[in-house]
Amino acid sequence: MSDGAGPLLAVDALTVELGGRKVVDDVSFAVDRGERLGIIGESGSGKTISALSIVGLAPEAATITGSIRFDGEEVLGRDDRRMSDLRGDRIAMVFQDPRTALNPVMRVGRQISEPLRLHRGLDRKAAAAAAVELCARVGLPDPDRIVRAYPHQLSGGQRQRVGIAMAMSCRPALLIADEPTTALDVTVQADVMGLLQQLVIEEGTALILITHDIALVSGVVSHIVVMRNGRIVERGAALDVARDPHHEYTQQLLEAARTTSWHGSSTNGDRP
Amino acid sequence: MTGTASQAATGGPLLEATGIHRHFALPRTSLFGSRGVRTALGGVDLSLDEGASVGVVGESGSGKSTLMRILLGLDRASSGEVRYRGRPIVPGKPRDLRWFRREAQIVLQDPLSSLDPRMTIASIIREPLVCLGVPEDHDARVVEVLEAVGLDPAWRTRYPYEFSGGQQQRIAIARAIAPRPDLLVGDEPVSALDVSVRVQILDLLQRLADEERFSLILVSHDLGVVHYLCDDVIVLRDGLVVERGRTADVFAAPQHPYTRALLRAVPQLPV
Repeated sequence: MSDGAGPLLAVDALTVELGGRKVVDDVSFAVDRGERLGIIGESGSGKTISALSIVGLAPEAATITGSIRFDGEEVLGRDDRRMSDLRGDRIAMVFQDPRTALNPVMRVGRQISEPLRLHRGLDRKAAAAAAVELCARVGLPDPDRIVRAYPHQLSGGQRQRVGIAMAMSCRPALLIADEPTTALDVTVQADVMGLLQQLVIEEGTALILITHDIALVSGVVSHIVVMRNGRIVERGAALDVARDPHHEYTQQLLEAARTTSWHGSSTNGDRP
Repeated sequence: MTGTASQAATGGPLLEATGIHRHFALPRTSLFGSRGVRTALGGVDLSLDEGASVGVVGESGSGKSTLMRILLGLDRASSGEVRYRGRPIVPGKPRDLRWFRREAQIVLQDPLSSLDPRMTIASIIREPLVCLGVPEDHDARVVEVLEAVGLDPAWRTRYPYEFSGGQQQRIAIARAIAPRPDLLVGDEPVSALDVSVRVQILDLLQRLADEERFSLILVSHDLGVVHYLCDDVIVLRDGLVVERGRTADVFAAPQHPYTRALLRAVPQLPV
């Protein structure tokens, strides 16, 4: 299956129609093994629907055309069973709000190890040990104890770490993170972003980071695509796009981001 | 304008809070033990001059929402007092604070949940005028504020869902300024909006603060927003003010380690 040739993920002319409206319109991009791609867009840009289509979670009412090849194999049109073999195993997701992404009545450790039990057939004992190890890996304090906690007993940042541990448990080849830090406090956001970056680099995982925040993404990914109204309006190396955007819309986005950024105007004497 | 009230003020601050404490009793964990107490605010002072703007910055759990509720007379401080033009703001019977409701208005984070979906735009904006008994032509004022926030007054027969997020927030702002308040409180007013819309709404608030001459308290976790809009800033952490000052000074040379950490955590664009 995996021969290392060609990109890990190749999305070609992806079009998603929902209720007679093209919410994703002729979108193409590719992600190589270990590459980190940022998809930037505002609400209604189609960034989330594009990502959901990759893992077969787009709304059932949607008509999807085009091609999505993962590891050389077409995944579009696969039946749900074969899709769920892939999900959580080779492709994993981290969602925006860890409160709704986690099961409130299942202990954290069990949720983290669930993909391992499903996809790797680990028994209870091995899964429990793996959960403790993963908790330590994502920097959760006191892993032996925290695996027995329920999501509501954790802080927002801790919950998102659980979400990341769960996603990384099967060492996926591709991780899709949809606004993973938007619901978090700024200081927590920086920590969680750092963790995510460190993990994907160490594991060689490819990353698709979906966000509205150009500043956040530009320090993490190598390439960026900018989406608007379902179409890609600009693409390129992250630093090039952030420094010298060509499309008018990207310029607007950056202008807006800079307006509420203060480092341009002040002396920045706060960094030790 | 609320001319008489404005003239009655004698140079003192518009709003002044001194020594605000707020304790919450925690649920009993043992039948015989005493109940725990959580201190949401541990002695906060805040002073807002006429025409000034102050940003309250803090992360979740810092007490910024509790402070805002107390400043607006929606919650009672455990100790300390809030005075508006020298008059104490203490929650009580709704009618006791009706005068204050005309003076102080609020814009909340999520416009979709703060606008009644079954009311037209006109009735949403008219509601505070009616409830507060503002003596002027309500329909004329509705048209006036819609124009002020950059919406076509012809749209006033429409419903909130027919508008985009940014437009909905403009409607919420129109409603807030309709009774001509002298104080506007924004609770994360742009956090739910797209980046490109955010700046438009901030610019709108700034322009309106000049035109309609209200003072501004902005509660936000977003340092950039506070930097853009506020003259002064206080940084809250665990119910205490860890730093306060002119916004430009605090951002250029933060004194407290927490402020420094907070500023450093904000992702910056490559230069």
